[in-house]
Amino acid sequence: MTANAPAKKTFWKRHWLGKTLVTIWQAPKFPTIILLVFIIFGLFGKAIAPHDPNKTSFKDSLTPPSWMETGKMTYLLGTDHLGRDILSRIIVGAGVSLQIGVMVVAFAGLIGSLVACLAGYIGGRTDMILSRLLDMVLSMPFLIVAVTLAAILGASKWNLIIILAAVAWAWYARVLRSEVLRLKEGDFVRLAVVAGASKARIMLRHIFPNIVNSLVVLATLNLGTVIIAEASLSFLGLGVPPPAPAWGSMISEGRNYIGQAWWLCVWPGVAILLVVLSFNLLGDWLRVRLDPKFRQI
Amino acid sequence: MKRYIVIRLIQAGITIIGISMIVFLLTHLSGDPVMLMAPQNATEEDLQAIRKDRGLDKPIYVQYYRYITGAVQGDFGESLRWKMPAIEMFWDRFPNTVKLSTAAMIFAFLFGLPTGIYSAVKMGGKFDNFGKTFALLGQALPGFWVGVMLILVFSAELKWLPTSGMGSWKNYLMPAFTMGWYTMAAMTRLSRSAMLDVLDSEYIKLARIKGVSEFWVVLKHAFRNAMAPVVTVTALQFVVMLNGTMIIETIFNWPGLGRLIVDAIFARDYPVVQMCVLISSSLFVLVNLAVDILYAYIDPRIRYQ
Repeated sequence: MTANAPAKKTFWKRHWLGKTLVTIWQAPKFPTIILLVFIIFGLFGKAIAPHDPNKTSFKDSLTPPSWMETGKMTYLLGTDHLGRDILSRIIVGAGVSLQIGVMVVAFAGLIGSLVACLAGYIGGRTDMILSRLLDMVLSMPFLIVAVTLAAILGASKWNLIIILAAVAWAWYARVLRSEVLRLKEGDFVRLAVVAGASKARIMLRHIFPNIVNSLVVLATLNLGTVIIAEASLSFLGLGVPPPAPAWGSMISEGRNYIGQAWWLCVWPGVAILLVVLSFNLLGDWLRVRLDPKFRQI
Repeated sequence: MKRYIVIRLIQAGITIIGISMIVFLLTHLSGDPVMLMAPQNATEEDLQAIRKDRGLDKPIYVQYYRYITGAVQGDFGESLRWKMPAIEMFWDRFPNTVKLSTAAMIFAFLFGLPTGIYSAVKMGGKFDNFGKTFALLGQALPGFWVGVMLILVFSAELKWLPTSGMGSWKNYLMPAFTMGWYTMAAMTRLSRSAMLDVLDSEYIKLARIKGVSEFWVVLKHAFRNAMAPVVTVTALQFVVMLNGTMIIETIFNWPGLGRLIVDAIFARDYPVVQMCVLISSSLFVLVNLAVDILYAYIDPRIRYQ
């Protein structure tokens, strides 16, 4: 028994799966649980949702939530003006929001870290050009630009992802560039140069693994912003085209019935609030845990 | 310092030109504007005539050059939808947006500053927790939802405030609060951390040792010194608000610049869209520039980076 104990400890400390499990276990409970629930919604939304999110039923239109007088048990959070179940639309809508959020963050993070490595490690003229490009993107009013692009390119899921990634990557690049500048001076990079490693290899194998922690923190903090931006675009009617349920467009549609049916606008907003709040809390926690230097941002 | 300002000015110029090129190119890629100008039953010859008349048959760089030289002189072309010079529409709407964002700023200051300061003074207490929660919520709640919720409570249920338009002071309350919401949270967070930094310093200890009452320590010794970063960021927040105008002005039907952008986008009125994006981006860039120069003036270390 006693011989096994240290082995167990090394598993939790050494193996990546063990480490991940420990990290999840130590994470703040409230945001983790909420996010897990919404991720499950996002992955299996169609199977979990009690109703078809797009099935209209005019006799049930504007049914209030089930605990109210005229509410029905089958529609827990009520129905919208077309008689579609709001809970089902929120559950399936989670997939839309999270998918777009994760894809945007992945693309933006990838482009951002690539630019950061190139600008930071190669330096010189490359750095100058890329940094000016960064300044340019960062000084644009991003929502106005995103809305204009969405209107011009047309609203679809992939267009949204491209547009939001195109305005988000610069933030990653700016923060990670200074990381790369610091790492570049490290002994392990000098040794790699002496050992004859090519620039590409040094960037990929020696520098990139060392900025992954910061990248994860930035991505988690950015997810909330991206989800709000996506909701804002779909609120303006420039998001995922209907009838696909998106939280932003649900609020926008509900606005027309605000005098009669408060539940149309309230629930999608609560969903956005919960998800964004959880990502922000988790991002803050990760920041402190993975990288104390980042406490300043 | 002079060199720094000159370099930054050139950079800002390049940024604005870059944005104008992107917007110009994209609007051209998106479709033939002639189709929007011509009447429904126009023949191919009519279309050619319009193209020639508007200079749309020239190569794209010639068109861009003509556009940008016009824009510098305040000529952004004519609105396709409203058939008037685009710049006139801008001057019509812009003052309304400025009024709204000023009101929003007042809200943000009146609420955010005292909350932040009091949170810092009572660090770790109940009020501090309230302040921190508020700052967190401010970041996580989308502005448009806050606006819709306000309408729900104060217009639909209580029937106290009008939902749209601008007229009396009552029309200002909800849109200004919604617009200032994010800034309010940012201000709370910022003034709290600035105050905490200052309250920890030696001269505050000295003031306390001298027997200055706590009230004056906070208000006179700490507050004045903590305000520098807060005020600088305020300028930046003013422009960040420009971002939100589109949505908030749409919700409250406010006849401002943001509303104009949205209307123009849906009417496919590209001269107006181009103008709005170009002007608001330029404002954004210029205020950023002013803040950077101000920072460099305060902190000489930045100049040499």
